[in-house]
Amino acid sequence: MAETKVLEKKESGLSFGKAERKLLTDPLDSNNPITVQVLGICSALAVTTLVSKAFVMAIAVMFVLAFSNLITSFLRNSIPKQVRMIVQLVIIAALVTVVELTLKAASYPIFKELSVFIGLIITNCIIMGRLEAYAMSNRPWRAFLDGIGNGLGYGIILIIVAVVREFFGKGALGGYKLFGPGVDFLIDTSSISWLSWYAPNNLFVLFPSAMFVIGILIWIHRAWRPNLVDIS
Amino acid sequence: MHSTNQIIKFVLIMTALVAVVLAGMNTVLKPIHQKNEAVYNKRAILTAVNDYLPSPVTELSDEQVDEIFSKISQTVIKSDGTLVDEAGVMAAGYKEGTASSIDMGKERKKAESEQIFPAYQFTGENGKKFYIVTVRGKGLWDEIWGNIAFEEDINTIAGVAFDHKGETPGLGAEIKDNKDFYTQFKGKKIYEDGKLRSVFVRKGGAKDPVYEVDGISGATITADGVTEMLGRGLQYYEPYFKTLKG
Repeated sequence: MAETKVLEKKESGLSFGKAERKLLTDPLDSNNPITVQVLGICSALAVTTLVSKAFVMAIAVMFVLAFSNLITSFLRNSIPKQVRMIVQLVIIAALVTVVELTLKAASYPIFKELSVFIGLIITNCIIMGRLEAYAMSNRPWRAFLDGIGNGLGYGIILIIVAVVREFFGKGALGGYKLFGPGVDFLIDTSSISWLSWYAPNNLFVLFPSAMFVIGILIWIHRAWRPNLVDIS
Repeated sequence: MHSTNQIIKFVLIMTALVAVVLAGMNTVLKPIHQKNEAVYNKRAILTAVNDYLPSPVTELSDEQVDEIFSKISQTVIKSDGTLVDEAGVMAAGYKEGTASSIDMGKERKKAESEQIFPAYQFTGENGKKFYIVTVRGKGLWDEIWGNIAFEEDINTIAGVAFDHKGETPGLGAEIKDNKDFYTQFKGKKIYEDGKLRSVFVRKGGAKDPVYEVDGISGATITADGVTEMLGRGLQYYEPYFKTLKG
């Protein structure tokens, strides 16, 4: 521990260089928490039926991740090693409760829809994983950026999955009906002769479809970056 | 290494700090939470008469919801048809003493003779009267509930609004999300020759044009839950309906 302290003194302040940028961009691509580390799948399956839900969930996880990383990093030298996991859990649980209380005041209908899953952020492996792997051994500013980066990496996959599921499952995006049979939709497929067979596929609303969509995303990601194939 | 004493001190201070922060936040936000919850419940009740409101519930502002709801007369009844006064509702555990404050989930756990039920009378723009009642039952995973609005004859359904705690999206959750499902109820009747028959959700498609609606494929248990909930729930209100009809 003495060695790390010496190292820290050399770099100080809220600098933003190459290393910091890497903290933000790595989780988006080569170290993505969902498609590469395959963590946080539970919530990725559950809250991706609608884009709006996925968006709120992504923001909530990013907030919890960034600030639990920040707080843990501030406390990292004073947290007794024997109880560090319990302390981390208290930090995460407190922040999740903050999110829950805020959401309940800001938008009650969304709180009602997400309620269980907001609480389940506590058990999201990504958060505990980042605290253990990064925040416990890095300075606060970098830990904070790492949290933002991983939150973005998680959120972007969540939103991609939600876009696919809502569009093909309900013919809508963000609640706006775009593509499907009936006059309610912006593009009424029943009025286009060569598309009159089209109907939103209810399978995409069901949980198993998220598994397929995430699986296909992982496949695409690895086909695009072959060097990832052997990592996990 | 930290000594046991240090560990205990650290944990105690941390827990106390977190507790104070969260408790403070909860106290500050509680009035907003309560207001939000009340408006949310009022919207749920008004959704049953959605077609007769000046504009759809989803487009009304919170203030408009409060205003429309203030014109609704609320009654609380028991399953034998007797009315319960404000003090009776408070005694049942609801501080506000209003029909809309009743938690049907709690009531369902009580003995049948002790349960109290909310009933609403809504007068539409052209003076048309609607009676709204609340029913609650069980779906596949958890509770389901709904508000049923009747026309003046207390026989023809004017609209329904179902909700659920945890039905599967795309299957059971369609009772709330799928317009094609819940709009079917409009115009259905619940009495046959003066006897309560209720509305039946039939798997594979309705056979009776007056007393049945189409089920949802893949959501048989939720649909059966809706049938059971309506049948049982409306029975509780039957004595009250009789007193209304005179």
